[in-house]
Amino acid sequence: MKRISYGHIALGATVAAILVFLMLPVLIVVPISFSDTRFMTFPPPAYSLRWYDSFFGNPEWIEAAKTSFTASAFAVLFATPLGVAAAYAIQNGKHRFMRYARTLLMLPLMVPIIIVAVGVFFVYSKTGYVNTLSGLIVADTMLGLPYVLISVSADLRTFDPTQEMVARSLGMNRLRSFMTVTLPQIKSSVIAGAVFVFIQALDETVVALFISGGDNQTLTRRMFVTLRDEIDPTIAAVSTMLTALTLCLIMVVVVSRKSKGAAPRA
Amino acid sequence: MLFLMTPALAVIVILLIVPLAWLSWQSIYHDGSFTLANYQRIFTGTYLDTFLLTFKLSFIVTGLTLLLGYPVAYFAASQSPRVSSLILGMVVLPFWTSVLVRTYAWLVLLQRTGLVNKALMSMGIIDTPLQLAYNQLGTVIAMVHILLPFMVLPLYSAMQKIPSNLVQAGASLGGSPLHVFLRVFLPLSMSGVLAGATLVFVLCLGFYITPELMGGGKSIMVSMVVSRNVEIYNSWGAASAVSLVLLVCVFAIFYLASRVVPLEKTLGAK
Repeated sequence: MKRISYGHIALGATVAAILVFLMLPVLIVVPISFSDTRFMTFPPPAYSLRWYDSFFGNPEWIEAAKTSFTASAFAVLFATPLGVAAAYAIQNGKHRFMRYARTLLMLPLMVPIIIVAVGVFFVYSKTGYVNTLSGLIVADTMLGLPYVLISVSADLRTFDPTQEMVARSLGMNRLRSFMTVTLPQIKSSVIAGAVFVFIQALDETVVALFISGGDNQTLTRRMFVTLRDEIDPTIAAVSTMLTALTLCLIMVVVVSRKSKGAAPRA
Repeated sequence: MLFLMTPALAVIVILLIVPLAWLSWQSIYHDGSFTLANYQRIFTGTYLDTFLLTFKLSFIVTGLTLLLGYPVAYFAASQSPRVSSLILGMVVLPFWTSVLVRTYAWLVLLQRTGLVNKALMSMGIIDTPLQLAYNQLGTVIAMVHILLPFMVLPLYSAMQKIPSNLVQAGASLGGSPLHVFLRVFLPLSMSGVLAGATLVFVLCLGFYITPELMGGGKSIMVSMVVSRNVEIYNSWGAASAVSLVLLVCVFAIFYLASRVVPLEKTLGAK
């Protein structure tokens, strides 16, 4: 028998209010992006696509978006295999060095991002990689590694390594046995890691403030610099598109995890 | 196995370890001689104020996220799997939205003519718009919003592990609901409280985007001192020393907390 008391109702109402507080700012950018006016009146007096036009009609915004997407895509291409290899090595390595290596690879998440940014800026200013696309890609790769490591390690821990040993005892080399036996079974966590790298790279702002500029300015850097001067509703349009994209990518992760759970284990 | 690690480690060493080592060197070595001047500035005058303000805001934000996060996690943990996954979904969605987007949303909401001021005025609570944005209040509101998921998720995962029969046992032995909560549930959820508080506090200490955009240039946090010293004054010595003190604080907190609760799982939540 379940008793509903005033305490439960009060708790439910409090939680509902907090959830509104959490969701409202995420949702509010959508109507603002379709607003007809520059002023922050809510609800908007009329709807239009002018802020989307102002984004797509401005070559500087388009260039910034291209830079962000290119850097993020390449960061995924580098960080995913590097992270999977590292996770595999940590899982199968016996040396106690592996534990320290793991901590080292987690550092980008632990060191405050402003310090990471200043450090990367220093290295790039000595080597001439400031304001270059390749510099941006390597920085995003570094920042993405922990996400791949966390996602893939969690999966590898529950993976039965004897399967791979069987494949090797049947004559496959280590790489082939990994590719044909292990990888298909940890696929969903590899995809999840790759998606996290992409989202993180797309969202990254602080490092980009220091090392991206000129022709290779990222979308978030441009948003940040614009916001420092004025509240341009074009940013609402960018925000809406970014949030929609992130949501779709998260759905990819959710679906790939679900299908893994449903698929029969051969 | 080592060669599989090498590429990933190389990236970390070149872009993170080498600069950190160099920052340490810069902070004590200037123009051919060793000096502690950069550190002296931190413990006197404006930099001291900056550190104190950063710690103060971090405590406030951590306290508020705990206050708001605990009921949400508690409620989610006590519901059926369907309801709790719905609630967690509403926590995770903002979590995955760009920090920049959320700061922008708060800038809009907290304007003089923004939705919050309008709502308060139409309810008759205030007559003239409050100054909510471009100050510490706005910074705290936006930071609480951005960091709340980092509090809720570890709290929830700790609460989920509390066996419900312990609470039932407490109640069957005659404890009032409040008594059972205080003596049984709350102590068992402390690992989540510690993990969440550590994470939020550490993230606050180094927070840059939101205080910079929302603070109105008046309240300077540690991260902003680092950025200004590099970008505007080109003063690497000062930036290095401030960075290192911040880094030592962060690692000390992580180290102390990790002796009590495993933090790595929490860290990977995002």
